[in-house]
Amino acid sequence: MSTSSPTQGFLAIELDGAGREGADIARAVLAAESAGFHAATFTDAPVPGRANALQRAAFAGPVTRTIALVPEVDTVYTEPFHVSTQLASLDYVSGGRAGWITTAAESPEAAAAVGRSSATGAALGQEAAASIEVSRRLWDSWEDDAVIRDVATGRYIDVDKLHYVDFETPAGFAGPGYSVKGPSIIPRPLQGQLPVLGPASLLGEVSVDAVDGVLVSAPAVELLAAEIRDVRARVGASVAVIAELDVVLDARGQAAAGRLAGIDAGRAVYAGSAAGLTDFLTDILKEADGVRLHPASLFVDLEELARLVLPELRRIGVLRPVVQDGTFRDLLGLPRPVSRYATATAAHAAAAPAGAGK
Amino acid sequence: MTQHSRAKSDAFVPSGQIQFGVFFQGVNSGTIWKAPESGSQTGFESFRRIAQTAERGLFAAFFLGEGLRLREHLGRPHALDVVGRPDAQTMLAALASVTTNIGLVATQNTTYNDPADLAHRLASLDLISGGRAAWNIVTTDNAWTGANFRRGGYLDHADRYKHAEAFVETAKRIWDSWETPAGPARRVLHEGQHYTVDVTPRLPRSAQYRPVLFQAGDSPEGRNFAARQADVIFSAHPKFDDAVEFRKDLVERSLAAGRGANAVQIMPASEFILAPTAAEAAEKKEWVRSLQIGPQQAIAYLEQFWGRELSAYDPEGPLPEIDPVVEETSETRGSGFHGAKARQLADQWRAEAKDKGLSIRQFVTSKTARIDATFTGSYTAVADQLAEYARVGAVDGFNISPWLIPTGLDDIVNHLVPELQERGVYPTEYRGSTLREHLGLETPVRTADTTAEAVTA
Repeated sequence: MSTSSPTQGFLAIELDGAGREGADIARAVLAAESAGFHAATFTDAPVPGRANALQRAAFAGPVTRTIALVPEVDTVYTEPFHVSTQLASLDYVSGGRAGWITTAAESPEAAAAVGRSSATGAALGQEAAASIEVSRRLWDSWEDDAVIRDVATGRYIDVDKLHYVDFETPAGFAGPGYSVKGPSIIPRPLQGQLPVLGPASLLGEVSVDAVDGVLVSAPAVELLAAEIRDVRARVGASVAVIAELDVVLDARGQAAAGRLAGIDAGRAVYAGSAAGLTDFLTDILKEADGVRLHPASLFVDLEELARLVLPELRRIGVLRPVVQDGTFRDLLGLPRPVSRYATATAAHAAAAPAGAGK
Repeated sequence: MTQHSRAKSDAFVPSGQIQFGVFFQGVNSGTIWKAPESGSQTGFESFRRIAQTAERGLFAAFFLGEGLRLREHLGRPHALDVVGRPDAQTMLAALASVTTNIGLVATQNTTYNDPADLAHRLASLDLISGGRAAWNIVTTDNAWTGANFRRGGYLDHADRYKHAEAFVETAKRIWDSWETPAGPARRVLHEGQHYTVDVTPRLPRSAQYRPVLFQAGDSPEGRNFAARQADVIFSAHPKFDDAVEFRKDLVERSLAAGRGANAVQIMPASEFILAPTAAEAAEKKEWVRSLQIGPQQAIAYLEQFWGRELSAYDPEGPLPEIDPVVEETSETRGSGFHGAKARQLADQWRAEAKDKGLSIRQFVTSKTARIDATFTGSYTAVADQLAEYARVGAVDGFNISPWLIPTGLDDIVNHLVPELQERGVYPTEYRGSTLREHLGLETPVRTADTTAEAVTA
């Protein structure tokens, strides 16, 4: 969070409810981008009618320019190799604006769908931690300059810059242990490593070092700031802390209270006027790096947010500037990391004559 | 949708039309990357450019391949060919937003996916794209690829189609599960040797009802599988007489499977090297081949079969006298034969090269350069040739692998397509908005309710 004033934060919006057809997804994500949101997230819990989150994010990639696209992807019942390459591909189709909200589904239905026994408790966090580690190793498994296209030697790649990841689940792994060989089937993502976000509830089995951001929930708005401070104390300044907030705004002549029914996601709910929300977000962004808004009704609330809330937050200087062609890492103030496998090769290259690596 | 469909019939009726698909290959040795005009093989811009050019040329479909482990050469990743490609469905979902008509075909393996997960993702792609998704079904059996997956390698070679068929039937039942766009869904149960599925599907039918099924695989089992399950077979038989023979075979298999003679369409893989005149096309072909198979590629090709390093041999000289290392090799690593056959093949190749007076490079070019699949000539001559295919119904279309990315379709779209349209054998507009409509396929019949029974395979 070192690249801009500490009082400035970012806003993400959850786009669930936009629909499952391309035109609906494009309409929602463009509305969010033009409203000035920094990131759009795509939920993926198994609910009737909901299309795959990663594909919705991928569809949004080519039609947008600035907004980060961050799908939820489950780590328990999906193959880590597929997850890793799908997310890397999302980074390619979005020009480096991809992120990943890791979820660990405690879902008997998801387990039954793929014929596995249901994971619970600490096993969920272990599955998530293993899946994140596999993805991160696979993303690093091609060094940045592995594709050399050297006409003289006929080599398309420099084999010394591709690496087997040789992942093994750790001793004491609760689920069925497994290994992944690597390297990835796709070159290193544009961002090097995609930012990985996860719910604070997974911290523990998932180490702080494994994530770039933590999503923090509280059961009520009054408790959110304290919860953020608590998580901040655990994760330090290098991990982004993102507050989760349900939003119901007074809109179209109707009081927010009238639309409250049915909202019970276990998150803090702000219900009221746009001005009140602006004040609340101004305060909460002093504690958190960003806030993810979950609108009660995507189009009703997004319209109010775009018209009244974001412009005011921008005017008072609370929001980070939106950067044209910036990456999601840029937004989070994260430098682009060197591949973990690069050191040996870099030392090797340093010993070789200048230009020998090309 | 039905107006273009041919009724189920025992007699094959040529459509008189040719369709094109484009196969953006990714990992391969046929795409020229050494020419200055060659672009990125992984950047989105390359995919966008090819897909939009194909759509301008009214192509039915855009294909992506899949590889789940990097090809190796002598125990390391292979350095000489194009390597690396994005995940097919993620890329196609992105391309869905910058195209409006072209079909989006994802090659996806039945062995390293879960049926419920894959069926859901294909249904997602189908809805997001407005009914343009297709699945090119492939099978693998080896533990070498399985090393990248939690499930590992476990499938006997003999079981792969049996397994694939149970997988596809489960997927079809998942796609069939919504009665109306509002639901409700039927629960789908499958209990098999490799998978147990118990799922209440989440997505309704798309504008084309369900993804179109392509099948690639040429063995008798593969052909029978296609005859029973697929809408289109992605064949390896583009040469005219061979194509006619393949059509006959497939029609028989389709009828034997209880489907109509026209039920399964045929699209062979192909390559086009075109120019205004025959002489210019021939010259272009020399240039293409020299860039596809350079001296290092020629040596590396032999090394795959010899199982040992051959870099001391002159690519312009004769084939190595040294014998191959005889050991078990895996097809996935690029070797087309196994174990003791190595010496036999080496002897045969040495004799063949000597007879024809070919150097290593010339010999490897003759083995690898998809001779059967290449149409070389002037735009008008090739258009005449394809019109003959259409007239007799040898194929329903061609799946074109461009040898240059991203401009490799430009001459086909700009020059060949208009020639074909003039001859009345190529569409002049998209028939509808879905892939099923472009291909003139019948709407599938919704499978019977099997709520109560678990299908076992």
